[in-house]
Amino acid sequence: MGVDWKHKTIRACIGLGLGLGMSAMLATGAAAEGLVKYEVVDDGVPQSLTGKPGDAERGRKVIINRKQGNCLACHAISVLASEPFHGEIGPSLDGVAERYSEAQLRLILINAKAVFPDTIMPAFYRNDGFTRVMKKFRGKTILTAQQVEDVLAFLKALK
Amino acid sequence: MGLRKMGPNKRNLAVGAVMALMTLGLGVAAQAQEMIRRIDNPPPGHPLPEIISGYEFRAPETQALQDDDFDNPGFLWVEQGEELWDEAEGKAGKSCADCHGDPAESMKTAGAEYPKWNEKLGKPINLEARINLCRTENMQAKPWKLESEQMLSMTSFVRTQARGVPVKVQIDGPMKPFFEKGKKLYYTRMGQLDMACANCHEDNYGKRIRSDMLSQGQINGFPTYRLKWQKVGSIHRRFKGCMKQVRAEPFKPGSDEFTALELYVAYRGTGLSVEAPAVRQ
Ligand code: HEC
Ligand code: HEC
Ligand code: HEC
Repeated sequence: MGVDWKHKTIRACIGLGLGLGMSAMLATGAAAEGLVKYEVVDDGVPQSLTGKPGDAERGRKVIINRKQGNCLACHAISVLASEPFHGEIGPSLDGVAERYSEAQLRLILINAKAVFPDTIMPAFYRNDGFTRVMKKFRGKTILTAQQVEDVLAFLKALK
Repeated sequence: MGLRKMGPNKRNLAVGAVMALMTLGLGVAAQAQEMIRRIDNPPPGHPLPEIISGYEFRAPETQALQDDDFDNPGFLWVEQGEELWDEAEGKAGKSCADCHGDPAESMKTAGAEYPKWNEKLGKPINLEARINLCRTENMQAKPWKLESEQMLSMTSFVRTQARGVPVKVQIDGPMKPFFEKGKKLYYTRMGQLDMACANCHEDNYGKRIRSDMLSQGQINGFPTYRLKWQKVGSIHRRFKGCMKQVRAEPFKPGSDEFTALELYVAYRGTGLSVEAPAVRQ
């Protein structure tokens, strides 16, 4: 299961109050209001979304929480073996930090489809381009920018 | 509980045991009827390499609950439906039985053939809609609310008459555009999680999503008793639940969208035996 490298040419600059003209680069062209600006360089997002380091302990909670990351719905993670029911839809995340750089992992979390085009994995930091979103989730991302950084801090330790 | 009204199963056989001397032949015939739960060579053009009933993906305890008509909690609704069958209602003063007689005969296959084309409405209708048409037009009675005890009971009863009959819905002729609409919905990613029915039920059946083993999302077992619901529920209720799970605004139960989707999903289960009322976790 490798990265589809043809996507490494993606360059996006999605920003709050920044360059509506650039939103044409989004698949939908809709303005992505409220999103922290980030830049895709090659096949990753090198800059932190918050400028602050993530907290791995908080990240662990986000990963387990069924209303937040719910990563265990699809992935097994051995260090979380005490949590019941790890899914089998995606690969085990054991050792994932050896397979991907921090920047690559950040992009996978922000929008997995930029890396695996037909994936079932949700985009955790995207808020548009969807169909029939339930009212209470409309215009919102699944995770906040800080939660993305927190999950990332947890993943970075999976070596 | 009339033996004539029941499909093949242990309830039938137990009742049959009491009446063994009289109905020996019937009891044996019923027992011999096999449920088709897996088709290894789907017809050409079918999207799945194999067609598998949801039953096959469930835990043995859940399967056992379904297998035994006495333990199967869904039979409470089947029995209520049997009572309603004979009750006259509405201005016409008629019961279902007055027009349809013995349900084991008149309803032997209907449960395997819906959604079906309705010439007057110019669109396919599902079993619930068909029953409500009989209530409003033939009985001059009020339609039952979808998901009401009465509707769940009657659909459970009618579908149980078709137990063992292979699902076969019409998809050509006037049904074609509705079939295509349902197919499109099935493959459209929806909601904040941006997933289509196919992402779970075609690409990933047989794998666990958290604790749940994903099935093909077939509907041959509906109405289905869900332990989680503590009652039977309709096909559209399940569709609604699956859409909410991906944070999508569900279509309305009974809507043309859900009926088109039901038609397409029924087609995906072509050849599976009707096995209502199924039991699920
Ligand atoms: C609905 C299922 C699903 C959920 C939920 C999900 N993923 Fe994934 N994920 C996948 C699949 C499937 C892949 C494999 C990529 C593909 O589709 O080809 C994947 C791939 C990955 C990869 C790359 C792994 C590798 O070895 O290539 C990472 C990292 C990842 N996911 C992290 C996460 C994290 C962290 C979460 C929770 C915040 C999460 N995923 C939630 C399904 C999911
Ligand atoms: C006054 C007579 C009458 C009554 C009462 C009546 N129906 Fe019907 N029903 C019909 C007729 C006539 C048809 C065939 C309609 C058609 O083909 O367009 C029909 C069709 C049906 C069908 C479709 C059968 C198939 O093979 O597609 C079902 C199911 C059904 N009725 C159920 C019921 C139920 C349940 C009740 C009681 C709640 C009921 N009907 C009451 C006259 C009646
Ligand atoms: C995120 C994954 C997911 C998506 C997307 C999804 N479902 Fe499901 N569905 C499930 C799970 C989990 C179950 C319960 C276990 C099983 O039977 O697969 C289920 C059960 C079902 C069942 C009951 C099957 C049975 O045998 O009792 C039907 C029918 C169904 N889904 C239809 C749909 C339809 C139609 C869609 C699209 C509108 C859909 N599902 C989208 C996860 C999903």
